[in-house]
Amino acid sequence: MFDVRPVETDYVRHRAAQFRAQVARRLDGSLTEDEFRPLRLMNGVYLQLHAYMLRIAIPYGTISPDQMRMLAHLAATYDKGYGHWTTRQNIQFNWPKLVDIPDMLDLLASVGMHAIQTSGNTIRNTTTDAFAGAAADEYLDPRPYAELIRSWSTDHAEFQFMPRKFKIAITGAQHDRALVAAHDIGLRVIEQDGRTGFQVWVGGGLGRTPMLGKVIRDFLPEEDLLPYLEAIIATYNLSGRRDNKYKARIKITVAERGLDVFKAETEEEFTRRRRDFLGADREALAVFRDRFAAPSFRNAPVEGYEAERQANPAFRSWTDTNLRAHKVDGYASVIVTFKAHGETPGDASAEQMRLLADLAERYGHADLRISHDQNVVLPHVHKSDLPALYLALRGAGLATANAGLTSDIIACPGMDYCALATARSIPIAQEIAAHFRDQGLEDEIGKLNIRISGCINACGHHHLGHIGILGLDRAGVENYQITLGGDGYDIPSIGERAGAGFPYDQVVPAIDRLLRAYLEVRQDASERFIDAYRRLGAAPFKAALYPAAEAAHA
Amino acid sequence: MSKAFTPTAAKPGVITANDLREGHSLWMCDEGWTRDPAQATLFEDEAIADLALLKAIGQSDLVVGPYLIEAKRGPNGPEPTHFREAFRQRGPSNYFHGIQADKQAEASHV
Repeated sequence: MFDVRPVETDYVRHRAAQFRAQVARRLDGSLTEDEFRPLRLMNGVYLQLHAYMLRIAIPYGTISPDQMRMLAHLAATYDKGYGHWTTRQNIQFNWPKLVDIPDMLDLLASVGMHAIQTSGNTIRNTTTDAFAGAAADEYLDPRPYAELIRSWSTDHAEFQFMPRKFKIAITGAQHDRALVAAHDIGLRVIEQDGRTGFQVWVGGGLGRTPMLGKVIRDFLPEEDLLPYLEAIIATYNLSGRRDNKYKARIKITVAERGLDVFKAETEEEFTRRRRDFLGADREALAVFRDRFAAPSFRNAPVEGYEAERQANPAFRSWTDTNLRAHKVDGYASVIVTFKAHGETPGDASAEQMRLLADLAERYGHADLRISHDQNVVLPHVHKSDLPALYLALRGAGLATANAGLTSDIIACPGMDYCALATARSIPIAQEIAAHFRDQGLEDEIGKLNIRISGCINACGHHHLGHIGILGLDRAGVENYQITLGGDGYDIPSIGERAGAGFPYDQVVPAIDRLLRAYLEVRQDASERFIDAYRRLGAAPFKAALYPAAEAAHA
Repeated sequence: MSKAFTPTAAKPGVITANDLREGHSLWMCDEGWTRDPAQATLFEDEAIADLALLKAIGQSDLVVGPYLIEAKRGPNGPEPTHFREAFRQRGPSNYFHGIQADKQAEASHV
């Protein structure tokens, strides 16, 4: 039964203290590594290639300035001065020492943060639209629901040892920026006959068997959210496969058993479970709604903003690419990309984190979001503040005007850090970004979404990139497969493999040929790469990727 | 990575792991464990390597996840044969961190 914890910080502190004792028992030999591993994973501690890694939850990507300052403090004190934004709106530190992690968790607990359920076969961080509560195309802010899900799923006794990890995404906007179709459960907040509810998707996911989810309920009334989620997950928990790790995700359960069977079992379970929810969930939702109430927006002139746009081409270019439409007149949402050309996608230094915390307080109603594409969003900035914000960001190397362009690449840590990786992804991203800057082609190419994963587990969501790159180990050499036509936004689709892979040093030349071919065949500058691909099919793009094969066929 | 790797005279191997307390990579050497992969003991015999791996597993108060990996004889000591181990012995490619930085710091102290 769902219960709202009155003093949740106490729980987080208690868990940190528990982990401190577990680390001590591991160090004094009372616990073997086999006994300790599941305990450390429950607290987000992995052992990677060069060091331990600590993954910290940033629920639905929403973080306060004080929490951001704490992350900066941890980066400067316990890591090498930086942290890495993940594709699930969390942060990872790449170099913590095991002996320091209990102190790090205590400090996190002091600002209400933790690393619970950032690993293991549990319900992970619920992700959402980075523009939630701000986007012009939004029906409802999904974060009160995301907080309800977080509160319910944290330490949920029944769901600590599931067949596999479980990821939920939710959006309240018309335009899906939360990748609802690519999650174990996806929720779209909708209105039907004057009532608020959800369209519920199930069985999506990437990894080695990429699948888009299916709609299991066209309309779920708002008050039934938790019992229905619990019914889906309980059904999966019993019927999901535990004999084969690679067939254990819910997407396989649904695909093997059929959506009709899975839905019938879920609905039956739902009828039973619903009786156990006595209204605490609905009361909690009301509390969370207040917590996520919109800030008091101000009504001020925006002439200064327009004048600066006319006067300053660099500012104009940044506003053209890095702003998104806000629901309130005079406001904009600002994307601060962590994709400066040649830098590591998603890496933020302690100084940059501190600056963002200050700027959010000064210009952004103290609100910060981590986006799944490894950037930071200031959701509410009045346009009259944009010139000053831009100047401050530029001084810290954070004003690259490239949101949604070629260099705004999603990349997993790859074999530079990850123990599971089969090839590197970061330097591929760095080289592609630097190459197209040097060629002066980025503006001409326009909107483009490149995503890179360093192994088949697909943390870089390569299947959903207009251009996806997957790094593999082929007979002891790094080799990169290219997929084309994926889309995580407008028309969710899984990219198709273009052909044979490329060795490391041939990836940038291949992408260069591909994009030059696109510039040749597109109708005009408004036709994006993905639009041209959909219009023409793969043939002209494959021909550009494999010119020798084409010549051999001629 | 091949945890089932069996060393022979033609295909020798080294034992590697991570430091329990701090997490950095380590290699088994005659004196215990070293942060310098060139100092690692090169195993050319399956039985001796298996015994050494058992010893490493028994040192779980010092190291985590020991495994045998193929290596080759180089002018300055064992060298990796696979790119994964080569990256592990160098450090990440996007920053000058990890073993490459440790080595430089050490050299500047001499």
